[in-house]
Amino acid sequence: MKILVPVKRVLDYNIKARAKADGLGVELAGLKMAMNPFDEIALEEALRLKERGAATEVIAVSCGAIACQDTLRTALALGADRAILVSTECELQPLAVAKLLRVLVNREEAGLVICGKQAIDDDAGQTGQILAALLGWSQATFASQVTLEANHATVTREIDGGLETIVVQMPAVITTDLRLNEPRYATLPNIMKAKKKPLETVTPDALNVDIAPRLMLIKVVEPPARVAGIRVATVAELVDKLKNEARVI
Amino acid sequence: MTILVIAEHDHRHLKSATRHVLSAAHAVGGDVHILVAGHSCSPAAEAARTLPGVTQVLLADHVSLTADGAENLGHLVLRLAPSYTHILSASSAVGKSFMPRVAALLDVAQISDIVRVDATDTFTRPIYAGALWATVHTQDPIKVVTVRVTAFEACAETGGHAALTPIPEVAESGLSTRQSIALSVSTRPELEGARVVVSGGRGLGSAERYKELLEPLADKLQAALGASRAAVDLGYVPNDYQVGQTGKIVAPDLYIAVGISGAIQHLAGMKSARVIVAINSDPEAAIFTVADYGLVADLNSAVPELTAAL
Repeated sequence: MKILVPVKRVLDYNIKARAKADGLGVELAGLKMAMNPFDEIALEEALRLKERGAATEVIAVSCGAIACQDTLRTALALGADRAILVSTECELQPLAVAKLLRVLVNREEAGLVICGKQAIDDDAGQTGQILAALLGWSQATFASQVTLEANHATVTREIDGGLETIVVQMPAVITTDLRLNEPRYATLPNIMKAKKKPLETVTPDALNVDIAPRLMLIKVVEPPARVAGIRVATVAELVDKLKNEARVI
Repeated sequence: MTILVIAEHDHRHLKSATRHVLSAAHAVGGDVHILVAGHSCSPAAEAARTLPGVTQVLLADHVSLTADGAENLGHLVLRLAPSYTHILSASSAVGKSFMPRVAALLDVAQISDIVRVDATDTFTRPIYAGALWATVHTQDPIKVVTVRVTAFEACAETGGHAALTPIPEVAESGLSTRQSIALSVSTRPELEGARVVVSGGRGLGSAERYKELLEPLADKLQAALGASRAAVDLGYVPNDYQVGQTGKIVAPDLYIAVGISGAIQHLAGMKSARVIVAINSDPEAAIFTVADYGLVADLNSAVPELTAAL
């Protein structure tokens, strides 16, 4: 069975995002980019499944600008067998990405898709579920444990107030939560080897997918900022302020 | 305009999240219907009938909806969708799971986690862990929207007299079954709706210290307990305690952060609180930049002192 893992190139999570001066986007020029952390977890899970013999091949896919090749090379260095770049300079929204992935899932005859539960840039958290619906597949979101069997997967999910374990029919889309695993680091020999692994480039046109954005961005602004308050010197002063100034206790 | 609100409930009781989403629906304006989808969930549907400004409660009571599975719920909502201009749900684990499926099969964009209704077709939502807010406009005929519950006030529980309409048939996809569910049992208020939240981080040092220091404080304040991602990763508390970008988003009247440094991912989950208190031994901790009252102190002595003083 082949596992397809979508990986997104996003602003490094250590960098504070700022709006462009015209308020019509997010400033990314010259800033460090990295693989979406949840996608690293997804890739790690796919690699472990392959190492346990539950999968034959792990294919990493990224959709976006040519620089997404860097993210795919990282995926290859971590252990993906091959990579596909869907190359476009256009803005991609979750529905469009899911449509591109659907075509690739069908072309590759993948039996499982593992993706991050959300990307840390747009925080939409939709692509995996949209893809599952478009394919008519089952889904298991927010996975914290995954066990594969012949025709089904048992997945423990992080839900509001606790954990739920569900059994989903294969093929399926699984989206990863934080505590599914600890992703590995790429070693230098593997980074060198990754340069020789196959990386295919296709276009949305070639896949016959309409990627036109549906949502129009009106503006991006910093939310109303909180200003730092005061320092209190003692617990007694804190209690006094909470009682008599803020009146919350 | 007719809006369908998907109720959050545990089959017997409506959850307060429903009333927050209803406020968002009222901000859009128009006729509002509520769908209560579950199994043996007529008590929740009865409660929904009294909510203000709702004209119809749709009750889908079927064994296939027992487990909140996204496939069955998504299919049901998809079937109802053509009668509506907007479909709104809470941005909860359930809402986040099935709403994108609905949007996908309607071939419309889903809009996640809105914090403001700017117009019937324009919404504002946080991106980059809340560091920025994006205002987006859609021309899709049906708007499929999840709502950040803490960004909208809850509407009243009573005042309405909605008609009840049963939905007879509900399909079973056979794609997914629940094997087990383990919900944390607690006598404390739910983290997301609590008036006071006491939250702990790495600075506590151990699960035992978390318990010893924070539980008595939370007891005194009748507060919910929360934690930073670091505290969860270190095993001090279960994962459903996590407040932040990938955990719970809270907006209590009072948030007390103990031994939390204030990573941006954590701030994303709590900076809408009305009053923030930070107790930390590091005067440079980022949490102080958002705290209304900061106390630089050793939490091992300051927290028991605070508990005793309340």
